[in-house]
Amino acid sequence: MNTNQLINYTLHLADTTLILAQRNSECCAHGPVLEQDIAITNISLDLLGQSRNFYQYAANLINQSTGKSETEDSLAYLRTEREFKNLLITELPNGDWAQIVLRQFLFSVYQFLLLEQLQAGKDEQLAAIAQKSIKETTYHIRWSSDWVIRLGDGTAESNTRMNNALESLWEYSGELFIPAEYETAILNRGISTNPADLFQPWLQKVTAVFEEATLKIPANRFMQSGGKTGTHTEHMGFILAEMQSLQRTYPGAAW
Amino acid sequence: MPDFSKHTIQKILQEVCDPEIPVLTIFDLGIVRDIIINKDEVEVIITPTYSGCPAMDAITFDIRLKLLEHGYKKIKVTSVLSPAWTTDWMSEEGKQKLKNYGIAPPKLSTNAKFPDSLPSCPQCNSHNTKLLSQFGSTACKALYQCNDCKEPFDYFKCH
Repeated sequence: MNTNQLINYTLHLADTTLILAQRNSECCAHGPVLEQDIAITNISLDLLGQSRNFYQYAANLINQSTGKSETEDSLAYLRTEREFKNLLITELPNGDWAQIVLRQFLFSVYQFLLLEQLQAGKDEQLAAIAQKSIKETTYHIRWSSDWVIRLGDGTAESNTRMNNALESLWEYSGELFIPAEYETAILNRGISTNPADLFQPWLQKVTAVFEEATLKIPANRFMQSGGKTGTHTEHMGFILAEMQSLQRTYPGAAW
Repeated sequence: MPDFSKHTIQKILQEVCDPEIPVLTIFDLGIVRDIIINKDEVEVIITPTYSGCPAMDAITFDIRLKLLEHGYKKIKVTSVLSPAWTTDWMSEEGKQKLKNYGIAPPKLSTNAKFPDSLPSCPQCNSHNTKLLSQFGSTACKALYQCNDCKEPFDYFKCH
């Protein structure tokens, strides 16, 4: 393994948490009720904090190996769409509340399993970040699974909405478990496990919650992929346009 | 010339409080992990509570300011992630201060016999309380309500 692959892997972790944080933050002042507005933006804040830790580490690795002077900000605000390695599911538009909570649930269960591997892995800094983040993720799973059950096993309307959300999001769940080149490369270093190995435990947890929510997993779906290597949906450019506009217009702006 | 003993610096830093919960000092919170003195340089090692907690930037700034006020010139504030902060590091005194402030203090995360038991009301001490929201006004709090005195209250989440 060379450092480049560890850098790409760390950027993938950073981009994924940043883009989901950005999407969830769009709910600020738009949540269905005050308490849940606060909940989803708190989750957004946790994810943003996690992404900062990953970006700071990535910046260190880049600077040590190339002599550049990247920072967490330059990595978040000055890279282009094709350079972002986030999971596709994180960049999809929010849609309704059912979609927002279902995405958070599918992601958080996956993230928990991943962080478990990282915190026991051989990269000290990734292990430290994972140890910190996993406590937050535990809470996100609890909150989002409550909502999936509440809406799935709720009224006819909420059940329809949850099923619609499942229909539109499910095809983006396959990518989580297909390793990108950098994920395969770091396997030999004992940093994390093969993401494919996380699929069964993930499915088990998801199925258990779906049963309680009276939801059924869509069968035989074509699975989308590409986010991990920079091939994004049409929504990605718009997120960056908004998120990066200030640094692009006023380079180096700070307050 | 300021006094470069750990004890003195510790005492000075007792004046630095959490900007969101001003009754708690950074020692009550358990986020100061170490103070390292190297000749005329003071290094304060802190650990963040939540990854995205904006109070950490303010606390770093306040530590620096407080030490500058007391004449220290070379100051370094280093943030370490591991071992991850837990509410078990909060002092007993801190928990009492929280309660008096109207926030239910966190339960011990280790050896908890009833991990999901409800916090008692900081106003009337009733155990008959209910969860309103798992997330509160800051990352570290959840919102509860007392079924007896009807008062809603913050609970400092066990973390």
